Amino acid sequence: MKKIILSIGGLLLGTILAYGQANISPAPVQSRPVIISGATIHVGNGQVINSGYIAFDKGKITAIGEGAAPNTVGAEIIDATGKQVYPGFICPITTLGLVEVEEGAKGTVDDDETGDLNPNVRAIVAYNTDSKVIPTVRSNGILLAQPTPSGGLISGQSSVVQLDAWNWEDAAYKTDIGIHMTWPVIRPNNRRRAIPTPGVPQESPEERMQKALDAIYNLFTQAKAYAEIKPAVINLRLEAMKGLFNGSKKLFVNADGAKEIIQAVTFAKKMGITEVIVGGKESYLVTTILKGNNVPVILKETQTVPDKDDDDVYLPYKLPKILRDAGVMYGLTGIGFWRQRNLPFEAGQACGYGLTKEQALSMITLNNAKILGIDKTTGTLETGKDANLFISKGDALDMITIDVETAFIQGRNINLDNLHKQLYKKFAAKYGVKAD
Amino acid sequence: MKKLLLFCFTLLTFHLSQAQETFPVNGSWDVRPGLYAFTNATIVVSAEQTITNGTLLVKDRQIEAVGQDVKIPKGYINVDLKGKYIYPGLIDAYTTYGIPETPRQAFGAGGGGRAAQVYTSTKPGAYGWNESIKPEMNVKAIFHADATKAEEYKKNGFGAVQSLIHDGIARGTSVVVSLGDERDNELMLNDQAAAHYSFSKGTAATNYPSSLMGSIALIRQTYYDGQWYSKSQKEEYNISLAEFNREQSLPQIFEVTDPLSVLRADKIAKEFGKQYIFKTDGEEYRRIDAMKGTGSSFIIPLTYPEAYDIEDPFDARNISYEQLKAWELAPTNPAVMEKAGIRFAITSYGLQNARDFWTNLRTAMEYGLSEKQALLSLTTIPAEMLGVSDKVGTLTKGKLANFIITSDNLFKKENIIYENWVEGRQYVVSRMDVADLRGIYSLAGDGLANIKLKIGGTPGAYEVNIERTGADSVRAKGTFTRSGDLVTIYFDLKAKPAGNIRLSGYISSVSPVALSGDGILPDGTVTRWTASYTGPAPATKPNHDQAKPSTMVGPIVYPFAPYGNTELPKVETVLFKNATVWTNEKEGILKNADVLIENGKIKAVGKDLKAPNAKVIDATGKHISAGIVDEHSHIAGTGGINEGTQAVTAEVRIADVLNSEDINLYRQLAGGVTTSHILHGSANPIGGQTQLIKHRWGVLPDQMKFENSDGFIKFALGENVKQSNWGIPPGSTNMRFPQTRMGVEQVYVDAFTRAKEYKAARAVKGNNVRRDLELDALVEILDNKRFITCHSYVQSEINMLMHVADSMGFHINTFTHILEGYKVADKMKARNINGSTFSDWWAYKMEVSEAIPYNAKLMHEVGVVTGFNSDDEEMARRLNQEAGKAVTYGHMSEEDALKLVTLNPAKMMHVENRVGSIKVGKDADLVVWSADPLSIYAVAEKTYVDGIPYWDIEKDAEKQKVLKADEARIIQKMIEAKNKGAVTQRPTGLRPRTYQCETVEDDAYVVADGYNGMQTKNTDEQSRNKK
Repeated sequence: MKKIILSIGGLLLGTILAYGQANISPAPVQSRPVIISGATIHVGNGQVINSGYIAFDKGKITAIGEGAAPNTVGAEIIDATGKQVYPGFICPITTLGLVEVEEGAKGTVDDDETGDLNPNVRAIVAYNTDSKVIPTVRSNGILLAQPTPSGGLISGQSSVVQLDAWNWEDAAYKTDIGIHMTWPVIRPNNRRRAIPTPGVPQESPEERMQKALDAIYNLFTQAKAYAEIKPAVINLRLEAMKGLFNGSKKLFVNADGAKEIIQAVTFAKKMGITEVIVGGKESYLVTTILKGNNVPVILKETQTVPDKDDDDVYLPYKLPKILRDAGVMYGLTGIGFWRQRNLPFEAGQACGYGLTKEQALSMITLNNAKILGIDKTTGTLETGKDANLFISKGDALDMITIDVETAFIQGRNINLDNLHKQLYKKFAAKYGVKAD
Repeated sequence: MKKLLLFCFTLLTFHLSQAQETFPVNGSWDVRPGLYAFTNATIVVSAEQTITNGTLLVKDRQIEAVGQDVKIPKGYINVDLKGKYIYPGLIDAYTTYGIPETPRQAFGAGGGGRAAQVYTSTKPGAYGWNESIKPEMNVKAIFHADATKAEEYKKNGFGAVQSLIHDGIARGTSVVVSLGDERDNELMLNDQAAAHYSFSKGTAATNYPSSLMGSIALIRQTYYDGQWYSKSQKEEYNISLAEFNREQSLPQIFEVTDPLSVLRADKIAKEFGKQYIFKTDGEEYRRIDAMKGTGSSFIIPLTYPEAYDIEDPFDARNISYEQLKAWELAPTNPAVMEKAGIRFAITSYGLQNARDFWTNLRTAMEYGLSEKQALLSLTTIPAEMLGVSDKVGTLTKGKLANFIITSDNLFKKENIIYENWVEGRQYVVSRMDVADLRGIYSLAGDGLANIKLKIGGTPGAYEVNIERTGADSVRAKGTFTRSGDLVTIYFDLKAKPAGNIRLSGYISSVSPVALSGDGILPDGTVTRWTASYTGPAPATKPNHDQAKPSTMVGPIVYPFAPYGNTELPKVETVLFKNATVWTNEKEGILKNADVLIENGKIKAVGKDLKAPNAKVIDATGKHISAGIVDEHSHIAGTGGINEGTQAVTAEVRIADVLNSEDINLYRQLAGGVTTSHILHGSANPIGGQTQLIKHRWGVLPDQMKFENSDGFIKFALGENVKQSNWGIPPGSTNMRFPQTRMGVEQVYVDAFTRAKEYKAARAVKGNNVRRDLELDALVEILDNKRFITCHSYVQSEINMLMHVADSMGFHINTFTHILEGYKVADKMKARNINGSTFSDWWAYKMEVSEAIPYNAKLMHEVGVVTGFNSDDEEMARRLNQEAGKAVTYGHMSEEDALKLVTLNPAKMMHVENRVGSIKVGKDADLVVWSADPLSIYAVAEKTYVDGIPYWDIEKDAEKQKVLKADEARIIQKMIEAKNKGAVTQRPTGLRPRTYQCETVEDDAYVVADGYNGMQTKNTDEQSRNKK
């Protein structure tokens, strides 16, 4: 009987707490100065300030240092003694906001346009600020992201967004920063038997690779020439690629194999394009050329299995450290969209295998910011930069200690509620369980 | 060129033909006596007996006499074989000679792809339900001699072959035929030599089976169906079953691939009291002891993997260690088999080129295969296997006159097969009654002064050198061809005159040899020439380039995979000192505590333990936990983990397809996993039987099984079973039922209704109810002897299955995945159902759009035994971190959180008395962590299973070095072999070709070429983003 009463009570409570997503509103602009004090502050560049303070106003960091904060009139003081302050994590190369349900709901999938050459399509316009996924990712300290198109040879353009906005226009942090392409991989047929068709000359993998390369060079050479003139007929594709040749856009190239990376780096050098390698599973084999050409790598996941059976079983965990030791610039992303809430753990994973905690942190803050070209305004906690930061009760790279209590994007104190917390509370109430 | 020469004398001669009793003759009868006496030969009667200077008498088709003192009666054609050898004609134990190609069935006709459903046989006639079971096929009814193909065999010395239909799971009966060129009626040596089987369904259009475990289930069911059919059943007329039964008295030959598939087939054999002969891919060396243990005979091929183009280090990464090892070790297989004392026949089956047969056999001999064994494996053994030892295999009186005449010991590299006699009919491979032309000759003729012609080499492969003495001395190589008595020679003296001198001529005298003819000088002048014998050619110097390649090979590793062991690690007595010990028992987390393990069990847990005999490991600063138990895994299986072709496939068993060579076993040890529950996939409502294993890296599949654990079975609900995401166009016809959650309920109700009726019917004494493996498994569920783990997502369907279970009277052990478990936790608790879920997965399809990471916390709080599973080979190796996420989301205590991946799944699997906690008496399945095991920073430094250190991070570093060194060594060897390509005379073997290592696994289990891809991990388990 007691139980029944309890669960009826729970039901009622549940109804009260059953907020819809609609109540998670973007935060208003920062109205007064905020000072966080007594915290362990992780700057993002390797530096740690113990018992420090950080002050920000009008969305910008105004002061940071050790000890007591300078007096600021009218400031909101947040005592974060014993807590940790981090720069907001930056999630590059993601489908966050572009996809809501991966399979079985095609209507919610907007990351992959049809066709091989789509340099002109722009992810920013499909970015859905009302996605239920975004608040779940935000709750683990990810405050900026790069919604990125995929598919085809040239997939389209990405922008960086901040994750607390009414619409994509508000969300845009830096627009159309790069064009994404996938380097062709030509390997012998994977099938068990490649049965040659009689009378049809067999192309060797080398020949097929050369053809694919020729096509890429051809396209970019034409785009480069197009960029130099006022053409009689406007070509939207080539128009979109102009930025690659004046340095305003980067070329993000998905490439995992050592040979593909070499080809891609050589290509960018010849074309005078600023390039970023995305994926880079075998980047550790070609660090010299990467370093020599200042081409950074955005690794995809540390939490993955090695490519080959005879690879070091921990190779993906060790990859960031290997690149670091070789002097290659490296960033990190996770996979897909909802899984990006694990980005801090993907970074922390490298710590058991060589990286220091602060280096792992830099990987998803400063390094990602540099690679995306937004490090002037974010990526570290330094005076003058945007107040994109959060307070966690404990170490935010470790799942047993992360506990994001408060987060600010451009100084705005954002709502950290999400669908999952709401459903948790709803059913905790049903069962009379304390939801903490 | 040399080889060509050898064959250029090849002539097919018919000088005998005999009218058949029942056949009319056109014109005069032409019956000849066929009496031959082969004299002065070295006669190898059998591998055991050789007669020197012997005589072989042949009368028509048979051997009349063999011996040293055989008198030659009148009327016999005497063939003097002085210096030559006679061997029994060889027998190829496995061919498809004379069988028409089986036409391919069109799969998925109409472009339906995976939607196209062929549920039962489309074959007209009163045959069985599944097209891959076709014991009604008899080679004797379709065999037709193929002269071209026969010639290929005869050139290699074969006189008889087994011929079989290479298609389907039950393939019907084979024949043994001789390779004569006569009417088919004359060739049949045994019209029912053996019954044949395989795991590959071949051209059958029926969808089932789509997996290896499905093939195994189908074979087992067919045996039971056969037993039922042979009893007094009156319900069914079925030619396939009748034939299947009839063939049981014949030798049973089972075609498999690797040693693990040998073991799989052997288990079937033992279940039904059979002894199979295994035709394999020749990889027995990988598990030779286990092969010997089957007590079976084998038929092995001489197919060796070709060397890879591997000079480019990046490309070399695409060649797996297993492929490298296989390339090196494959030629050792016959010798390894011999050494192990296994009875085996050798077949040329599978060779790309028939000419590789002798090359490869001799390679095997270089690696230690003895001549005697080689001969046995090509004569007596296949003859005995195939029931023709009274006719062929040895040269004894009364047997068929199948023999070969050779220039030398048959197995020597220089040997030439001259003639191959098949049933007393001569087939000339290389003419032998020709003069040996080797010697030194002096040439005479205009413009040919002072020239010596040196003919060396071997008959059939002459080497010619030209030497001019005197003022214009010069040496040159000549080119020489011979066709019967005609010869052609040309050579270029470079100067005086420059250009080719071309000579055409004939053998003008035999003793001594003399040649003469006409020639043309470079300037077109015609000259007459003669060459007169002046002495024997100098002995050819041993060619250093052809020095025997090293037959040293690397070690076998167990398993045959990277990081395999040359020797399995052994059980240790270890005292771990001063660790933080997560007991999972009422003692909780002990600081500065010791753990002692001995004989594979936990001996003691506490402070300041002493154990004088133990190896002491200082674990200061380390954490020790019980090994991780993964409730939902799909690693270590092969040939497909989904048999989703029918809605109910309770008969298939993961236990049948365990793969001990899966690298993930090792990788997960490196993440602290010691026990995994290997599940059938989720393509159908009632999937297959599952298997609990321990990660014993290196043992055989059966030895991985968790001893005496309860049997489980996989059920599934939701989008996968209703094929929501298969891309089947709506409204397609002939879709597999069910396509909605409504239909799913009816599948269960129907299946269990049938199971109950079946159980009742079987319970009646003396009945003849057909044994049904599918219903057997369901009856076990009803009898609480088999336990359900059910893939599930949304609350409606979970609720439904609980109601079905209640009404049909069975219990659901575990809901696995159960992402909406938090919505029905109270209902699960009331029924004592466990929940095994993911920590934080969601949004990857519609049915998980309300999956929350607080699910475990809520189920746990309600009192459901809760765990986290992986369903993913990657996540499995950091389940400890996933457990940590229960702390992130819901602040579960760390102690409870670790139990989510240790003790709780052990409870779900009914093995909590063995594993899951650190308690005296339990199995010593332990992990030593560098930090708090729930932390992202924790590294599994040591993992013990049964007290055996299968993972050690330091030993792994050593293993990596050894692995890289072994790979580098083999690659060097491979490049050398490639550079010597011409010497091995196998240029085709070195064509540019690389593989990706992923291709191999699927290759080994061709379930159905080009079929719908179900043999790979499918549906929910296919990709990392889809569950």
